[in-house]
Amino acid sequence: MSEIQIDKIGLLVGLEIHQQLATGAKLFCRCKPIESDEYPIKFSRKLRITSSELGEFDPSAIFEKSKEKTILYCANPESSCLVEQDDEPPHDLDPNAKETVLIMSSALKSNIFNEIYVMRKLVIDGSNTSGFQRTMLVSMGGSLEVNGKKVGVQSICLEEDAAKLLQDSKETREYSLDRLGVPLVEIALDPVSGTPEEIKNIALTLGRMLRATKRVGRGIGSIRQDVNVSIEGGGAVIEVKGVQKLDQLEKVIEYEAKRQHGLKIIAEKLQTLNIEKITKEKDVRDVSDIFKSCKSKIIQKSLSEGSSIKAMRIKGFSGMFGWEPYPGIRLGKQLGELVRFFGLGGLFHSDELPNYGIEESEIHEVKNILEIKSNDAFIIVAGNEKKLDIVIESIIKRIEDARKGIPAETRAATITGETVFLRPRPGSSRMYPETDIPPIIVDNAEIDHARNKIPRSWEENLMALQKQYELNQQLSAQIFDSEYLDLFETICKDKRISPNFVASTLCGTITNLERRGMDSTLLRTGDIFEAFRLVTEGKIAKESLEMIFESIMSGKSKSISDAIKSNALNTVEDAELHKILDELVKSNFGMIKDQGLRSMGPLMGLAMKTLRGKVDGQKLNQLLEDKIKIEIDEK
Amino acid sequence: MSQFGYRGKGLEFLTSNKIEIGSQVKIHADSVYTGVIMPRYEHSDDHHIVLKLKSGYNIGLELDKIKKIELESPPIVKKEISYKSQPNPKLPKILLLSTGGTIASRIDYRTGAVTPALTAAELNASVPELATIANIDTEVLFSEYSENLLPQHWVKIAEKLDSYAKSEYDGIIVAHGTDTMQYTASALAFSLAGFPKPVALVGSQRSSDRPSSDAALNLIAATRFLIEVRSSGIFVVMHNNSSDDEIACNWATRVRKNHTSRRDAFKTIGGPPAYIIKLASIEKDKQFDIPKREYAPRIKFDSRVLLLKYYPGFDPKIVDYVVDSEYRGIVIEGTGLGHVGKTMYEVIEKAKKNGLFIGMTSQCIDGMVRMTVYDSGRDLLNLGVVPLGNMIPETALVKTMWALANSKDSSEVVKLMKENIALEFSD
Repeated sequence: MSEIQIDKIGLLVGLEIHQQLATGAKLFCRCKPIESDEYPIKFSRKLRITSSELGEFDPSAIFEKSKEKTILYCANPESSCLVEQDDEPPHDLDPNAKETVLIMSSALKSNIFNEIYVMRKLVIDGSNTSGFQRTMLVSMGGSLEVNGKKVGVQSICLEEDAAKLLQDSKETREYSLDRLGVPLVEIALDPVSGTPEEIKNIALTLGRMLRATKRVGRGIGSIRQDVNVSIEGGGAVIEVKGVQKLDQLEKVIEYEAKRQHGLKIIAEKLQTLNIEKITKEKDVRDVSDIFKSCKSKIIQKSLSEGSSIKAMRIKGFSGMFGWEPYPGIRLGKQLGELVRFFGLGGLFHSDELPNYGIEESEIHEVKNILEIKSNDAFIIVAGNEKKLDIVIESIIKRIEDARKGIPAETRAATITGETVFLRPRPGSSRMYPETDIPPIIVDNAEIDHARNKIPRSWEENLMALQKQYELNQQLSAQIFDSEYLDLFETICKDKRISPNFVASTLCGTITNLERRGMDSTLLRTGDIFEAFRLVTEGKIAKESLEMIFESIMSGKSKSISDAIKSNALNTVEDAELHKILDELVKSNFGMIKDQGLRSMGPLMGLAMKTLRGKVDGQKLNQLLEDKIKIEIDEK
Repeated sequence: MSQFGYRGKGLEFLTSNKIEIGSQVKIHADSVYTGVIMPRYEHSDDHHIVLKLKSGYNIGLELDKIKKIELESPPIVKKEISYKSQPNPKLPKILLLSTGGTIASRIDYRTGAVTPALTAAELNASVPELATIANIDTEVLFSEYSENLLPQHWVKIAEKLDSYAKSEYDGIIVAHGTDTMQYTASALAFSLAGFPKPVALVGSQRSSDRPSSDAALNLIAATRFLIEVRSSGIFVVMHNNSSDDEIACNWATRVRKNHTSRRDAFKTIGGPPAYIIKLASIEKDKQFDIPKREYAPRIKFDSRVLLLKYYPGFDPKIVDYVVDSEYRGIVIEGTGLGHVGKTMYEVIEKAKKNGLFIGMTSQCIDGMVRMTVYDSGRDLLNLGVVPLGNMIPETALVKTMWALANSKDSSEVVKLMKENIALEFSD
């Protein structure tokens, strides 16, 4: 095992950014994109595979179909209608979304087509009720300037966001329709060589440009980066989907570079070995009987569900499943990801056995049945007969592909910054014209109009923020880059509140709580707004905001009022406050007598014990000082 | 003149550059684009050409911006795939007659919208489950949107079905567009009353070129219904709700398309559907049944019948025109229990004198007409208007066309109209 030298492997990374637009409506109906957790409408569907207009079937669709599940959809009439339920043809294209994408295309100097065709991109995992995502190519070409260097733009598309996955079980998958159909702009950039850090910078610059239009959604999930990663001599471009945060992006690129280079090294080694072609007839055997009393939990569970267990021989492959050119990069893991995606628990390979409850005696029997020689390897996999057939075919194909290097596939980014197999790479045959919508015409007047609306640059925006709200440069950059800019501006409409305090709470307090492992998605925009309103109206103390947010972000409280109640944060009436402080001063008379005004510190500490978050800190400080002074004077 | 939707400047551009539709080309404009030239929708302008890029996206490129077009390769001719499946002699035999509609539709480059194009055989192939429950033979009768159908088409379908009345088929599916499916269903129910085999009219509300289409499940359910229930008669088999788990089998004369786009647009009026086809079972409704009768086909229709929806301000002169145009019947969609305003009496009287059959249904859709409750109803009865119970207006129209063509005189028309032939009366 060695360290990877990332600058020496010919790494190329192409960014593909998906940005939700905040137009207040869906792309093809006027429903509002509101997230909810109440779903009065439920219905179930099955999706079938269809061919393209050229009569071809898409490989990723065939793959998805092989998993056959019933899809349960949950809908709220506030955020979806018959269009999302696929029970009504799409309405007209949202003019705001059209204008926005034209502005973005213009800002990136991309060539806009005068005739735009809405296409159906086949997606039959259930995330689209129709079985396809509506998407249209708006412009191609252009460039983005990043630190003085130009990064080419490949294409800009306007499309519909998918439904949100609520649950995925063996037989069914559950989606909510809140998000389905929300307008999304997809910008694909040319692949560039550069360090992950530089790539992150490109994403940041593009993100800032989009936010500068002030027409984009903010918050988790409103911007998603896909990255296309390839290495020199690797042969395939890997599409990694669903990077939600920029910090994750760097890690994902690093992991993918390491994985691809590792697979390339494995391929090179495999090419030197004499490996025979695997056939189902010669190399696959049913071994269910051997494992009847096996201690492995996975095996027992499979058997109790009526699954069968099969073993496969791979001649001359001994040691190759477990071999790691880089830590964590091995073929065994790749195969595990593949079978898990068919809904199987995983597989066992000879390089890791005996282990996981599978014992030497069982391995011995498997070896006998498969006629395993010393340099052969084997795989054990469990699942229902029908599924297993497809899975075994996929495993054979994957092992064959391993000799060639890196198979073209779509992978998903994990939260930890790794990537896992998602599906085979889809091709152009997944595209079909959306017959319900005639071509969309963009006339030159619309393009001119968009050019005139190209937003200010990031720097200009920061200057404006600094001026308007008297923020320092760092804070204005933080608030602009955060998901809270709109919220910040809304809160600051009330002139009684200090913009500086709002910005630092939004960018500092909440981020700190996040760093402590709390979940900022639990904190809704409405809650934050409400909390600041209560501060402005003197109903709660400034100091209590952190406690309130902590209470919600940790899941202890469901709302602001909950948080206030459970932390007993209601402000103390002045009369009550005076009473508490008077008692405090009285009972610590001795200390005041001895220490005079120096007793302020310890007494403030005592007062805070009961009054934290209930009284404005400054006010408390002032009152206590006054009372101590009076006490001293009286003396 | 247009070719694949190209005309004028666009067509000239392609011909002068010797480019055929389907050719792989390289186009130099503000950028260089490679792709396949696609057909163009007929209603589009003549100064763009449509290119399918490698990514699968279609784009329209303006002719004025094109500097150069190069032919990379001529169109690839695709081999026709044949969809013959091996019949299993143990399975029942079903015939699928295709007439068109979204159940068998693909993109049409004339308009860019969907059009009936798939053969019944392709359909059979696109729903492979069918082959595991029945041996399905397919036959294309015609390929039309159902809004283009005429009573002549009903005759064509009925005669075809009649020719299979004594065949080896256990049942027959008629693939049909949904827009006028209820009219065809009624036409078949009257003209083929007593038909000895089960016939299921099947359509789809969401075209079969989308993965979410309702076509496949409707077809599978119809096939199951034909072979599991074997209840002779004409039925309309469509989704019972928005989910893919329940299909309704509706009586031909009692069904109505009640929604423009939903999967469950078809509803039985005045009672529950005949059968509910679930994933594991088929449940029969106990309330109604089609009157039993000998099979004696009477496949004739006289289309000189008007379906008149009465409304406040209706101009009676229209009825005069109808009489003068030698129409033979009027089915009124009256208000409430079966009324029209007094201003209509004179023309109704005149129509009656000219021998027209006049029947009364209600625009309430659901419920009976009762013309003895109010004066206006009694007036109309006196004028010779025939109340048609709870027959739905569209069914009454088709029945009148049928009754007029199959009666010797007006009294026989009235007799036929009052007889419950195919559950058109369910009270």
